[in-house]
Amino acid sequence: MIKFDHVTKSYEGGINAVKDVNFTVEKGNIVVLLGPSGCGKTTLLRMVNRLESITKGTINVNGQNSMELNEIDLRKKIGYVIQSNGLFPNMTIEDNVMIVPDLLGWSKKEKRERFYSLMGLIGLNADDYRKRYPNELSGGQQQRIGVARALAADPPVMLMDEPFGALDPIIREKIQDEFLHIQREVKKTILFVSHDIDEAIKMADKIVLMRGGEIMQFDTPSEMLAHPKNDFVSQFFGKDRAIKSLSLHTVKKLQDIIGLVEFDETIQDTKTINVNQDLRNTLSMLMNQEADQVIVTDDNGRQLGAITIDLVQKYLHFEIKGKPSVAQKG
Amino acid sequence: MNTKKFIGYSVRFMIYALVIFFFIWAIQNQYFNYIFSQSSTFLVLLRQHIEIVLVSSLIAVAIALPAGILITRPRFRKAEWFVSMIVNFGQSIPSLAVLALMMSILGIGFKTAVFALFIYSILPIFRNTVAGINSIDPNMVDAAKGMGMKPSQILFRIELPNAAYSILAGVRTAVVLNIGTAALAYVIGGGGLGVWIFTGIQLFDNGYLISGAVPVTLMAVLADFLLRRLENIVVPKGSRRSVET
Repeated sequence: MIKFDHVTKSYEGGINAVKDVNFTVEKGNIVVLLGPSGCGKTTLLRMVNRLESITKGTINVNGQNSMELNEIDLRKKIGYVIQSNGLFPNMTIEDNVMIVPDLLGWSKKEKRERFYSLMGLIGLNADDYRKRYPNELSGGQQQRIGVARALAADPPVMLMDEPFGALDPIIREKIQDEFLHIQREVKKTILFVSHDIDEAIKMADKIVLMRGGEIMQFDTPSEMLAHPKNDFVSQFFGKDRAIKSLSLHTVKKLQDIIGLVEFDETIQDTKTINVNQDLRNTLSMLMNQEADQVIVTDDNGRQLGAITIDLVQKYLHFEIKGKPSVAQKG
Repeated sequence: MNTKKFIGYSVRFMIYALVIFFFIWAIQNQYFNYIFSQSSTFLVLLRQHIEIVLVSSLIAVAIALPAGILITRPRFRKAEWFVSMIVNFGQSIPSLAVLALMMSILGIGFKTAVFALFIYSILPIFRNTVAGINSIDPNMVDAAKGMGMKPSQILFRIELPNAAYSILAGVRTAVVLNIGTAALAYVIGGGGLGVWIFTGIQLFDNGYLISGAVPVTLMAVLADFLLRRLENIVVPKGSRRSVET
């Protein structure tokens, strides 16, 4: 758990980089700090492991005031991933990943075992990578190693500063999926900085939208998209925020709430879509007119029914406009 | 690519041919004779030469390396321009002038020669140490800090290994320069192989000239070769060729 209590950071000359910030990252949740550049999101993140000083207020990490801890000890308990991965070129992949365990004085055997299990977790072959150096790896591989390194000593809390920002879109999406998969297993408490709205919607349990060092809104992605608190929030998410919010809902949910239509067996030109696919991709598929009919199938390939643009629209009306108080993630 | 290779090989071949031709010419005219006929003198001069280079280079490394590390610490960063200015100024004085100046202060002899060469070697080592450490990606240091490394751990495990290539290149430059410049030590009575070179010039005697100059050249080539080998041992595999200076 990370708890921000009236946290303020000001520089000489009275400029506030962070103004009176209050929110809590619950255990096992991902909270994304989102906002335009210069909004103070990175500064706020770096205040947690005290790479930036705190002017006023307190930050509690796992129930302990961060200022009461020795900063070196504090940092060893917090996983840290940055955009340009920060791997050390002079060390092998194994040494890079095992830095924090090494600082903590683990034995050689413990480190070796941990390295193998971590590499298994991130889906890279430990024997292939152990003796290699960072400059021999692709950007995506380096970033995976960066994540493994942050997880090495099994810290309960992780800070991630635009970890996937430098990757190309295809790799980025893949690593985001992989990371969410890992997170389901390790359940870390994560503070995540991003400037990418889609990434924030995808990764976050809750989003903190910031501007000029202040929190504009702290909410779940769906609630923030459906009910922006002020003009800045609605502008930031853009006019297509209803479409963006569709990526939080699956075809399954639509089926459960309003049901699918019967499919027409006489139509030849059909395409199928998995029931766990999100509605944003489904809508794109429908609007691209790739086929005359889109049939929804479950994981076993059983045909459940057909989906149309009308259905998506009806769902949108029902789910997003119709139930203002419900805020849940799909 | 092939033309490049061809030109490279032919230039190399020409240089080798010239060197071989030179040696044949020198041996035929018995210009190396002094090395053998006055071998005890030669060995004394050689030893003096090596001592001057070794002592001055070691002191220079012992001073310039810690100075370069110190000046790149956050606390002293502000003074970098000032220290660099002084060191650069030291380098802009011609080597002969440094010797002359030192002679007027310290008198003549071995110590003066060592001191002058030491002053002269500080810059390449200091400058390359600072450049090597400065060229390290600040994100890397940030990551190290964020993971809980102490400043000393960051220095010895991250900064120095990654700056090693640049630092060693500085040492190599300094030592090779020193071997050549040490020939001037004769001028202030510091001894070394410069004694034969200058005798050769004054007496118009190719024998003395070549018996002095060729060993100095060979020493410089050998030192360069050995220090490059050292690079392969000291510089970690992953950060090789990442910093070119």
